Amino acid sequence: MGKQSTKSVKDLLFGDLWEYAPAPQGTDFVELDERYGHYIGGEFVGLDSEETFDTINPATEEKLATISVADEATVDRAVKAARKAYDNHWSKISGAERAKYLYRIARMIQEKARNLAVVETMDGGKPIKESRDVDIPLAAAHFFYYAGWADKLDYAFPGATIKPLGVAGQVIPWNFPLLMAAWKIAPALAAGNTVVIKPAETTPLTAMLLAQIIDEAGLPPGVVNIVNGAGATGAAIVNHDDIDKVAFTGSTQVGKIIQRAVAGTGKKLTLELGGKGANIVFDDAPIDQAVEGIINGIFFNQGHVCCAGSRLLVQENIADEVIAKLKQRMSTLIVGDPLDKNTDVGAINSREQLDRITELVGSGVDEGAQKFQPKCALPDTGYFFAPTIFTDVTPSHRIAQEEIFGPVLSVLTFRTPDEAVKKANNTPYGLACGIWSDKGSKLFRVAGALKAGVIWGNTYNKFDPTSPFGGYKESGFGREGGVQGLLAYLEVR
Amino acid sequence: MAKKAKRERLDIYKTFKLYIGGRFPRTESGRYLTETTHKGAFVANICRASRKDFRDAVVAARKAQSGWAGRTPFNRSQIFYRMGEMLESRRDGFERALQERAGYSEKKAVAEVDAAIDRLVWYGGWADKFIQVFGNTNPVASPHFNFTMPEPTGVVASLAPRSAPLLGLVTSMAPLIVSGNAVVCFVDHDHRSIAIDFAEVLHCSDLPGGVVNILTGHRDEVLGHVSGHRDVDGIAVFDAEGDERRSIGLEAADTVKRVHFYDTPDKADWSDSAAQSPYWILPFVEFKTAWHPM
Amino acid sequence: MANEYVVPRVPTVDRVAADERAAKFATRSIKTTAKAAGLKLVVSMIDLTTLEGQDTPGKVRMLCRKARRPINHDDCPTVGAVCVYPPMVPVAVEELKGTDINIAAVATYFPSGQATLEERVDEVRRTVELGADEIDMVISRGAFLAGEYGRIFDEVAAVKEACGKAHLKVILETGELKTYDNIRLASQIAIDAGADFIKTSTGKVAVNATMPITLVMLETIRDHFMKTGKMVGMKPAGGIRTAKQALRYLAMVKETLGDAWLSPDWFRFGASSLLNDVLMQIEKQRTGRYHSDRYLSIS
Repeated sequence: MGKQSTKSVKDLLFGDLWEYAPAPQGTDFVELDERYGHYIGGEFVGLDSEETFDTINPATEEKLATISVADEATVDRAVKAARKAYDNHWSKISGAERAKYLYRIARMIQEKARNLAVVETMDGGKPIKESRDVDIPLAAAHFFYYAGWADKLDYAFPGATIKPLGVAGQVIPWNFPLLMAAWKIAPALAAGNTVVIKPAETTPLTAMLLAQIIDEAGLPPGVVNIVNGAGATGAAIVNHDDIDKVAFTGSTQVGKIIQRAVAGTGKKLTLELGGKGANIVFDDAPIDQAVEGIINGIFFNQGHVCCAGSRLLVQENIADEVIAKLKQRMSTLIVGDPLDKNTDVGAINSREQLDRITELVGSGVDEGAQKFQPKCALPDTGYFFAPTIFTDVTPSHRIAQEEIFGPVLSVLTFRTPDEAVKKANNTPYGLACGIWSDKGSKLFRVAGALKAGVIWGNTYNKFDPTSPFGGYKESGFGREGGVQGLLAYLEVR
Repeated sequence: MAKKAKRERLDIYKTFKLYIGGRFPRTESGRYLTETTHKGAFVANICRASRKDFRDAVVAARKAQSGWAGRTPFNRSQIFYRMGEMLESRRDGFERALQERAGYSEKKAVAEVDAAIDRLVWYGGWADKFIQVFGNTNPVASPHFNFTMPEPTGVVASLAPRSAPLLGLVTSMAPLIVSGNAVVCFVDHDHRSIAIDFAEVLHCSDLPGGVVNILTGHRDEVLGHVSGHRDVDGIAVFDAEGDERRSIGLEAADTVKRVHFYDTPDKADWSDSAAQSPYWILPFVEFKTAWHPM
Repeated sequence: MANEYVVPRVPTVDRVAADERAAKFATRSIKTTAKAAGLKLVVSMIDLTTLEGQDTPGKVRMLCRKARRPINHDDCPTVGAVCVYPPMVPVAVEELKGTDINIAAVATYFPSGQATLEERVDEVRRTVELGADEIDMVISRGAFLAGEYGRIFDEVAAVKEACGKAHLKVILETGELKTYDNIRLASQIAIDAGADFIKTSTGKVAVNATMPITLVMLETIRDHFMKTGKMVGMKPAGGIRTAKQALRYLAMVKETLGDAWLSPDWFRFGASSLLNDVLMQIEKQRTGRYHSDRYLSIS
């Protein structure tokens, strides 16, 4: 296709002629405790610990609750409870019984879906429409999916002998708190393991609500243990001698520390780490849907997504058109109160993350890339960052290489499919990529050449319990979701 | 070399070199190890590969890998079968070598060669099947066609078994390359020369140069460079000893390498059925999942 | 002639992703003041329609009176237009005298369009002479599906010329074009040929207006505006029966084309039962009580 003139005569006006009135999600039905401890051996414990931290609402900077920190002794208690539950109960009951517990949890998540969504949004800053329409339904679906596997494991791996690993230690991130807990707990339990899991320190609340669900579901004490804390608590889990399996989702930097920590211990390890996903747009792409896919790829969950399409690779002959449309589309994004049902981009999860985004965006400007942000008023309090794209980015820019984990897109161009593949693969990461083209043969050829665990063709940021998720290269190893997700929690011979 | 019967003619010795990128270079280091038969007779001054030889082998493997992975699975299976044919036609030499150098009984030597040939044929059959067995279409809850298939991890360094000079090597190599990985095999036991004999089988089996590279030497000498090499994607470890698990793991973490310690079968019997499994392919594949609207 | 026609280049459309995008607008929460303002805007955008074989002057008079005063108080705008068959235009002219409600008439052998171009153009000319302010024409779907794109362009251009001062709305009958790619191309051809509005449907086939189809058409309008600066209007018709649906369409217009199109000059709903549902909601907003249609006049 030839280069088309995209010179606009006039621009569209996305103004206030007819504005959406505030549509705040009610929170009056949400009951949170002032203090949360841990869930160990079927009991809520640790309310008396001296070391604590506060979890705040990043949109208001108001404190939501005080959380106890699990020290080594507490972690040890949790691991012991998990071991006991594994030895005495969980490894002995039938798969069908395990399944029914998981189904119960799945159902209860559905029953409490709105409550969970609201708390997820309050604690993490993500728009309510995402926690309501994505996080919580997917978390429930994940439990449903793996519940069904619990009594069908013999059919999962033909010809193999399988057995559970024992006690799994799991550390999860703050970007999809409940969903990541589901991704970790559901397959582990279905495969017959027991778990000690640590939610992220900025988003512990839905995990504690999950603990209540697990309690109400009557899960045998110790099958799931949830401990709170930051890095030291995570380290105590990872380094505990009686852990058989470590599963971590988080940064590549911490993933490497964990890989070193388990070296030589015989603990089985799966890692789901960072990414710098390329979203490749060819000149025969369905352009309007591609623009939407680019938006969804980078601004979904404020870009706090390990598989975010944070590098846009657009074919040079349509770059002007795509960028113009992208900017136009960005001007319609509603940034602000995460609890407002119309908010598209919510709050940045923490001050620390906001600082990191700010620093990297500064480097982009310093290194000569062109920054664009739509006009949008950000709230006075809370951690917010305007949706941002950088054009004139080259592969050597920091913003083209480093994971920003925020609503910041770097735009690069390419001329041929080979060049697109080369640029897309030019990263130590390999989690996800998008390809936009109307030509199936080209799309699948490029999909084959990309070194990434998830390839979205003419779509982006799609998740499903049946669909394995995980990375190549420094984005980690192991898969979550699908039948492959069971491999992380079974010994298969 | 040990001779069966006294003869007039003076034998010529074979120079056992390394196998890198489809060539047989000497070690760049000039160092050697003197290999003897189980009775102590001279076999050869065999290459004592260095970290630089390993580096060269990784370059060769990287160069060969995408082409190998890009072959059709059918073609890979044909080449595996060809390897079996080549080994079959040279089996007398291997039987003799196993007996004369490694001290095998004739029965055991025959059994090891049999098993090695059969294993190549067996894995060759998996080339176009393991994707069907371990891949899936996933019934996602949206109008998308979604499928998952295993792809090779890339360049894998293999610390080969320390026993069964022929079968151990075949057992360690076959599940790695059948999926499309390229491999650098590091062989460290008393009968390394048999590995280089096997390289000659590979060399005439239509296997592209660089897909399998074979280095002989001391594992502990190069271990740090193997596990720390930033262009190595995975490390397959057989017969791990001492602190190897830990030291490999520590170095591998630098680039999040896949590391797998394969179980040594009981009594190190590599002909055991436990040492032959499609699940041995899995540690060095990456599952790629693709979505497309429908 | 047809052979010389250069088919416009339009982007391809991915159906699944377009459906997804359209569905997102349905999650917009439109409450309180936004709802109140939106509902009134919807009323002003309605082409109150009767297109039945059984239409009589009496029926059309009833419709026109509803159009003039949708509800028994003044806090409600009049509708955008009434839409009738050509023979009913004189009735509407008489009934709407002194108002700024437009008279739209379906012409060009609506709904099938199966007649010669001369006959169709002639009908348009006569209908305009009778007093129609707006002509809703149908394209020859058969010709489009047969690949005779030049013929579509020519017939729209000819009808546009015959319209004179009357506005031309071009009905693509998207339910018969079926694919989003067809809809995008047909939209572009109609716009190129001079359509003032593009319109989804006659209301006479199984699938009428849908959100994604309307989105594809809005995006064509947007791209045309970005290239030429020329605005084209949009009219989804058929199947929009509730206030909730209509507000979602408004959200889609707001976020796709922006403020300039949030006006009856540029956006219309082709509907009949929609009006009373919107009025029910307006009454709910006004009185705070859920309303009943027994208190609303039928049209």
